[in-house]
Amino acid sequence: MTRKISFKQAINEAMAQEMARDESVIAMGEDNVGGKGGEGEKDAWGGVLGVTKGLYGKFGDRIMDTPISESAFIGAAVGAAACGLRPVAELMFVDFLGVCFDQIYNQAAKFRYMFGGKAVTPVVIRTMFGAGFRAAAQHSQSLYSIFTHIPGLKCVVPSTPYDAKGLLIEAIRDNDPVIFFEHKLLYGLEGEVPEESFTIPFGEANIVRDGDDVTVVAIGRMVHIALQAAEELAKEGIECEVIDPRTTSPLDEETILESVSITGRLVVVDESYPRCNVATDIAAIAAQKAFGDLKAPVYMVCAPHTPVPFSDALEDLYIPSPAKVKAAINEVVEYAK
Amino acid sequence: MSERIRPITMPKWGLSMEEGTVNRWLASEGDTVQAGTAVVEVESDKIAGSLEIPTGGILRQRVASEAEVLPVGALLGVVSEADVSDAEIDVFVAEFQSRFVLGVSEEDKAAAGPETVVVDGHTLSYLRRGESGEAVLLIHGFGGDKNNWLFNHEVLAAGRVVYALDLPGHGASDKTIDDPTLEALAKAVIGFADALKLGDFHLIGHSFGGATSMATALRSPDRVRSLTLIASAGLGSEIDAEYVRGFAHTNSRKELKALTIRLFADENLVTRQLVDDLLRFKRLDGVQNALEAIASAFLDGDRQRTILAPQVAKLGKPIQIIWGAKDRIIPASHSNALGEAAKVHVFPNAGHMVQMEAANEVNRILLN
Repeated sequence: MTRKISFKQAINEAMAQEMARDESVIAMGEDNVGGKGGEGEKDAWGGVLGVTKGLYGKFGDRIMDTPISESAFIGAAVGAAACGLRPVAELMFVDFLGVCFDQIYNQAAKFRYMFGGKAVTPVVIRTMFGAGFRAAAQHSQSLYSIFTHIPGLKCVVPSTPYDAKGLLIEAIRDNDPVIFFEHKLLYGLEGEVPEESFTIPFGEANIVRDGDDVTVVAIGRMVHIALQAAEELAKEGIECEVIDPRTTSPLDEETILESVSITGRLVVVDESYPRCNVATDIAAIAAQKAFGDLKAPVYMVCAPHTPVPFSDALEDLYIPSPAKVKAAINEVVEYAK
Repeated sequence: MSERIRPITMPKWGLSMEEGTVNRWLASEGDTVQAGTAVVEVESDKIAGSLEIPTGGILRQRVASEAEVLPVGALLGVVSEADVSDAEIDVFVAEFQSRFVLGVSEEDKAAAGPETVVVDGHTLSYLRRGESGEAVLLIHGFGGDKNNWLFNHEVLAAGRVVYALDLPGHGASDKTIDDPTLEALAKAVIGFADALKLGDFHLIGHSFGGATSMATALRSPDRVRSLTLIASAGLGSEIDAEYVRGFAHTNSRKELKALTIRLFADENLVTRQLVDDLLRFKRLDGVQNALEAIASAFLDGDRQRTILAPQVAKLGKPIQIIWGAKDRIIPASHSNALGEAAKVHVFPNAGHMVQMEAANEVNRILLN
């Protein structure tokens, strides 16, 4: 049966179902339990935003609170994965990657290669990202591009509750390290999700909206911003195909290129900093592999090359908006009518 | 018994349909339209189809314009007898619209959703339509579900109680299958009828569901009043085995789309939404195992393993066979397998999903 649940509930349900299915799945992170001693499932807070609430009551010590030491517990999760467990570790904000990056990019990502394919590292690192939460420069960044850069890591950036559940279950069952990005502003978003467990394969983009005029590729929360722009433009007679790659590594190039071969126009919407990000990557792929199809330059709608501002007014201006996406789409349409 | 003025309203094709787009009108205002003529083409987010009027008359007003998006139950147009004045039509439309705004459509929203019943320890999901009358069971095909009847279910429910079942391993039913053979599925159908205390019933089966229906009739001939076999398996050995195995196995949108196209004569019916819905089903835990088990029990190499035609022909039941001439999964020539024992209807412009592609025509046969 399918029913409506939130993005946050979808993640919680994916973890609960996988922990019930497979004893080797454990969870750990700062405040993942969040204080205990209450009764049953009402025991504890379940993470800063309550995503893991109820898991302690169901699974007891298979979900752990860790010290505020990312280098230690991310390292422990990677090690536990190498030794046979399937840990789901939570890096509370992706902005904290600096203190535990060695464990991720130079250890977890490399084991399969360093040990001649004989070692697997089935660790999932769940992490919050994104601006708009009034959490300022050190808790608001969209840093998936950094992880996408590293071979040996898989990067997942879901945009809907359905995708969040299916991709997280896929991540937990995957034998490689997976970084799972959760946009804070999507936690409340509701959508149809089956009660049963299901998986969505990595590297398959979702076509969110059909259109023949412009291909718009958008990541994470930007999918909804792009859709808003596309709906407004449809009233003006411009039909956009909106594509959500869902995973930035592996990336479904084929779906994007196929769409560009029909539209001849590409706009990429990416909330991260504008240099060396997923948008530039996709633009480069299109420039090389779809050069003959392109009727206009590829436009990228990204954040400015500056830290996320603390001022509410500036933060709102900082995040790519439907108006900015619309303007970019209009530019590529005007360029070659 | 017909009223002198009759509304044409937005149909509800499937549980999830809340609104539809008026694609185009097939008749002009003032045209005399016969009963059973398609007057307007409508599209939901999943599928497009044409809407027939059950009683003939003059198309007086096209209330909805082309490309307009309207909720289920909304007034699309008005048909009347010749002696009705324009003023009466205007009053009818105004009254309809004021009632509709006041929430007539809420009744529709309140229509019951799917229900479940436990048979032999496994949950079966089904959708019931109709209040009283003889029981009819709709049995979908391999990889299908109760939504395969979206153009038929509601129409058939006039004067009957019609159950669209999700077979074990399919739709919203349990995905664990203890025994994937036709006999076991027939047992599940009987178990379903027992659980709902149906007594005897009519069986309408599509494709693999046709073979399941035949197996059910052979298992419990006293329970089955009639058989309608639509593009049915179990009548001959040829089948597109590559489709069956591919559908069971694939988890990729591209491959699934290419396979799904083979089901229809009109490839445009395979929308992104239709493929996405299939993918959502296919990606549920247990579905691939269930379908692969059914496929391997059902196929013998590239051919159908079980031919039930000779036994079914001897049953002496009323049997009708319906096929689309452009069927690419099971050849339409199988429609002759029962000889004199069955009435045969073949539609030239439909494929394997003939109950969707020639829905109005198929409904007329099913209603007789």
